[in-house]
Amino acid sequence: MRYLPLTETDREDMLARIGVTDVDALFSDVPNGKLLKEPLDLPRAKGELEVERILGRMSAKNTAAGSVPFFVGAGAYKHHVPATVDHLIQRSEFLTSYTPYQPEIAQGTLQYLFEFQTQVAALTGMEVANASMYDGSTGTAEAVLMAHRVTKRRKAVLSGGLHPHYIQVVETLSEMANDEVVALKPDVRATEDILAAIDDSVSCVVVQSPDVFGNLRDLKPIAEKAHAHGALLIAVFTEVVSLGAVVPPGAQDADIVVGEGQSIGNALNFGGPYVGLFAAKSKYIRQMPGRLCGETVDADGRRGFVLTLSTREQHIRRDKATSNICTNSGLCVLAFTIHMTLLGQAGLTRLAEVNHANAVKLADALSGVKGAEVLNESFFNEFTVKLAKPAAEVAEALAAKGILAGVPVSRLLPGAGLDDLLVVANTEVNTDEDRAAFVAALAEVL
Amino acid sequence: MLNRQGRPTQAGEGESQRHETFTGNKALQQIEPLIFEIGHHETTGVDIDKPAPFKSRLGKHARQGEIGLPGLSEPEAMRHYVRLSQKNYGIDTGLFPLGSCTMKHNARLNEKVARLPGFSDVHPLQPVSTVPGALDVMLELARYLMTLTGMPAVALSPKAGAHGEACGMMAIKAAIAAKGEGATRNVVLVPESAHGTNPATAALIGFSVKAVPARPDGTVAVEDVKALLGPDVAAIMLTNPNTCGIFEPQIVEIAAAMHEAGAYFYCDGANFNAIVGKARPGDLGVDAMHINLHKTFSTPHGGGGPGAGPVVLSERLAPYAPVPFIYVEGGKARLVEHKADAPEGNDPFGRMTAFHGQMGMYVRALAYMLSHGADGMKQASEDAVLNANYIRAGLADLMSLPFPDHPSMHEALFDDDWLKGTGVTTLDFAKAMIDEGYHPMTVYFPLVVHGAMLIEPTESESKASLDLFIATLRDLAIAAKGNDKSRFTAAPHHAPMRRLDETRAARQPVLKWEKPAPVKEAAE
Ligand SMILES: Cc1ncc(COP(=O)(O)O)c(C=O)c1O
Repeated sequence: MRYLPLTETDREDMLARIGVTDVDALFSDVPNGKLLKEPLDLPRAKGELEVERILGRMSAKNTAAGSVPFFVGAGAYKHHVPATVDHLIQRSEFLTSYTPYQPEIAQGTLQYLFEFQTQVAALTGMEVANASMYDGSTGTAEAVLMAHRVTKRRKAVLSGGLHPHYIQVVETLSEMANDEVVALKPDVRATEDILAAIDDSVSCVVVQSPDVFGNLRDLKPIAEKAHAHGALLIAVFTEVVSLGAVVPPGAQDADIVVGEGQSIGNALNFGGPYVGLFAAKSKYIRQMPGRLCGETVDADGRRGFVLTLSTREQHIRRDKATSNICTNSGLCVLAFTIHMTLLGQAGLTRLAEVNHANAVKLADALSGVKGAEVLNESFFNEFTVKLAKPAAEVAEALAAKGILAGVPVSRLLPGAGLDDLLVVANTEVNTDEDRAAFVAALAEVL
Repeated sequence: MLNRQGRPTQAGEGESQRHETFTGNKALQQIEPLIFEIGHHETTGVDIDKPAPFKSRLGKHARQGEIGLPGLSEPEAMRHYVRLSQKNYGIDTGLFPLGSCTMKHNARLNEKVARLPGFSDVHPLQPVSTVPGALDVMLELARYLMTLTGMPAVALSPKAGAHGEACGMMAIKAAIAAKGEGATRNVVLVPESAHGTNPATAALIGFSVKAVPARPDGTVAVEDVKALLGPDVAAIMLTNPNTCGIFEPQIVEIAAAMHEAGAYFYCDGANFNAIVGKARPGDLGVDAMHINLHKTFSTPHGGGGPGAGPVVLSERLAPYAPVPFIYVEGGKARLVEHKADAPEGNDPFGRMTAFHGQMGMYVRALAYMLSHGADGMKQASEDAVLNANYIRAGLADLMSLPFPDHPSMHEALFDDDWLKGTGVTTLDFAKAMIDEGYHPMTVYFPLVVHGAMLIEPTESESKASLDLFIATLRDLAIAAKGNDKSRFTAAPHHAPMRRLDETRAARQPVLKWEKPAPVKEAAE
């Protein structure tokens, strides 16, 4: 077996050194009759070539986003990632290291975490950011718990523009922890009266912008009302590229900001691994979940970085910890921060502009199709189209024509009476030809 | 021919005195500033054409003002990150015996297949009809996990071990609620030796935690568990093999006691790598167990993640598995994404994460499983256990073993009793290992022994590598006992950094780069 260096002779010599004759003697604590004698009913070892063939066949059955005109978003986005990113994250020293428990030989990881935290804070307009959560959805659930700890209240109000999966993740955890959740109705046109739901019993209000239907939302009045009632505003985004074009949540007085960072540096990967961005006002830092990297000096007085404020974390605080998170999204953070460093604000601003320009072009073109109506007043790179036929059927029909058109709202919210809505995303990867093909095919299908 | 005249072939004569360098660099070890100190706001390493003029639809939401982030050109970025990488120790650098973390070899085949466009470039919400191969991967991974554990169901979506713990404990909570005992069963038993994520998880889900004492031999006794059982107990969270590296000898009795008391057995499967192909949790009475794909099945640790934490479930808990899952009916695979779509008899407790979990990790883990096969996985477990016991045998006369009565499984636990009176601590010893070219073992965990040193070599080490490691630790141990204190207390001497001041970092937290204030003019 190519991965196992020991030879049979080695094994015999080592057993002799240990003082046993058979490796099963080392398994003597396994209760009687529970030690397996035969290999399990699974195939035997295979060479690289064979494994590559098997997985290659499975992969080939899927339609890759890059092979078709592709407009699917709703929480995960296809963007171009520079070749440098994937090269660098595969450097052995990054790929095969772990949580920087020994900072003297992990400054590479620690320094990029520090740079990442700085980038996320700047992008969101917040004072501090952590070293990542698993993804945007789990980060949102953690933000709600954090708000409960800060306010010592246990009721969250969720906007109807929040991604339905995020809502479900928050609801699941809250139900288990006996916390209250008020989830407002799906709010396709960003017209809900969320202010009316805020009172002195509310711990936090969770609002996504751009929301799952693509609308941009004004967070400031929500922050004001929340603060007047001693509640926190949690601002969420699933498309981090939008921060290159829109007012950041920090400038609207959000208390906690959570986002999905996949768009920068990370592939679609059928939904994971992704990277949760998490930022907050610094006064709440001791209630934050997740790892934090901080600056310090070494014994010679040179600047270096370490994990810090770990008295919040499970390995120290156990059942009093701010979260149970341990392993996070390390390598996805690295991909994010390298791509972000390559972009810089100049590149990100331009990237966002192109995304928006492309989406505007598509929205204009789709508005000209009979039986299709773009509902959004404002949007960034994603909007909702009302169709004359059920969106799921339309998406299937378009897929059959080789176009992946968007996410039917019924996929996320079955039974909500929103079956005629399609959420359509458009990024820098889409060309004029892609858009023309989409528009022409849609006209045929409708 | 080139003129080689004047090119000396030996070092010149004279003193061989060492100098500090002018730059502070040490050849391959370069001091690397932060991107904020080398980049510029107008620089970018990505060329994107400006779009033709268009009418913005951002409305009043358009960003005003700068973000305040520098960019780097591609060559600058390349150099920055390569230099950073050179300050890191990875498995590919050398032996990485970080106990409980299973730092085994990461095959690059797995990286290659995970990047096939049919896996990396597919969207979680594109029509299911366009991703049959993705469902194949999930089903095949599930089949392997169920066969290896002897458990009838698996929830794939949790994002790491701790998230898997939450998933398993939620399934338990849902099952208890379904029996109408939700109000009364709210205590979870957690042994003192448990990883911090266990009590943190139990608390997260609204359970209160009761500690199970550790026996002097490093195991959990069924009588101690029984003494704590009552109608208020929901579950035990027991790690097996445990965090002391011991297979819990009374695990079957403990499982039976839990079940008899109407409670559940959550097994922390972080150490499953010791017993793959040797014993099946399903035969031991486990109700739920997470599997860290980034440990047992070798998906790269990536400087702290990402991981994946699928949870295998017993018959009793299977109906409560969260969405999404794949349901096969009439030979056809169906992706169930909503509670309402769950097949008859299923009552999913909810959803752990957006989308379908860590596909990128599933592919890598499956590549590992296919490569090893049933025979290779069994051999890997045996070699991991053999390697740990070999290290233990090589060090036991110099370093103290808190639990000598049980064989070690995949990791050998020492305490700091042998360092008493030397003035050297476990931490000092670990830092001296850095100077010798090794990543230290896990230190100060588990908490049940003083100054713990938990050594997990994994199956990826050759005998020669282990022999050198043992010899080095012996040299160090003898030095520690031989009054060579400064070798340890001031270590590391040769790492990219000397020992870092963690107290200072926590006392005055600096968590991001701030633009330095302009230097004041000298006082007049
Ligand atoms: C025994 C044990 N349990 C649980 C965990 C948590 O797993 P993860 O880091 O994947 O969340 C770990 C890993 O650090 C562990 O060693």
